[in-house]
Amino acid sequence: MHELSIAMGIVDGASEEAARLGAARIESVHLRLGQLSGVVKEALLFSYSLAAADTVLEGSRLEIEEIPAAIFCDSCKAERELPSIQNFSCFVCGQPSANVVRGRELTIVGLELGSEYAAAVG
Amino acid sequence: MQPRLVEVRRNVLKQNDVLAAELRRLFTDAGVFATSLVSSPGTGKTELLEKTLARLMATSRVAALVGDLATANDAARLERSGAPVRQIITGTICHLEAQMVGDALVDWELAELDHLFIENVGNLVCPSSYDLGETLRVVLMSVTEGEDKPLKYPTIFNTADVAVITKMDLADAVEFDRDTARANIQAVRPGIEILEVSAKTGHGMEDWIRYLNSQTTAAAVAAA
Repeated sequence: MHELSIAMGIVDGASEEAARLGAARIESVHLRLGQLSGVVKEALLFSYSLAAADTVLEGSRLEIEEIPAAIFCDSCKAERELPSIQNFSCFVCGQPSANVVRGRELTIVGLELGSEYAAAVG
Repeated sequence: MQPRLVEVRRNVLKQNDVLAAELRRLFTDAGVFATSLVSSPGTGKTELLEKTLARLMATSRVAALVGDLATANDAARLERSGAPVRQIITGTICHLEAQMVGDALVDWELAELDHLFIENVGNLVCPSSYDLGETLRVVLMSVTEGEDKPLKYPTIFNTADVAVITKMDLADAVEFDRDTARANIQAVRPGIEILEVSAKTGHGMEDWIRYLNSQTTAAAVAAA
């Protein structure tokens, strides 16, 4: 269970970005979460509100986009999603592959700014 | 006026990744080969490491860091090998981070080492997210844990460079299904090398040491 420290990392990162943008209030933080990131979505959501308390992110939502893991199949020369998380092989030809091309993401990809800020700049 | 979405791109573990990259450069410049060990609690990381340190000390300069939530018991065990050892007590944190490794190394002269081992906290989940700057990540599972361990924890097995099956001396007693275990490891990390050891009896230890030395040589050639 390390989702609280991950949540604190999200809050720190998003707070810095908010400051850079001059935003006083954030409605939501958009996160890409890979299937192989080692982070559990539910635990992260639970931890997020605790981590956001008393920061510029207090009361904001964490919007999580889950990214399925994918490998590159050398036989098909194509990216393939895994048949299951227990099977790192191509679902078309069956060739195993250790070349993971997606699924390790733990990335903040967007901030939804408070409407008063949007009004001020927009 | 509707709220506005601004695109940003920021890796949540950026700080750890930056520190890990610095450590990796530090290790390469100093010519020290850094190996980390991850497994469940009780797989036998410390036992394997104690015997590994003792064997490598005949020909190399070795040291170890060991992470635990509480107690310095593992460091005390590893010190029996005669190698320099430092305990990292993580408190409530279930994994090591690059910062903790960097802090623990602060007054060590890395250039005087050939091998540095980093034993992570016993945990098959959280350590997978944190790069420690290691060159080789070893995942261990023991014959007593069940052949499906890799299927239950695919992420950590997938991030490893080599897998070691420990406590092979107990394999018959627990009716360990070697082929199934190996197939399960391969399913979640295709192509990975799998070694089988018993640190207690010494079975497989020669192969393990030979493997480590071959990796060290390969890294040295790559750096040169």
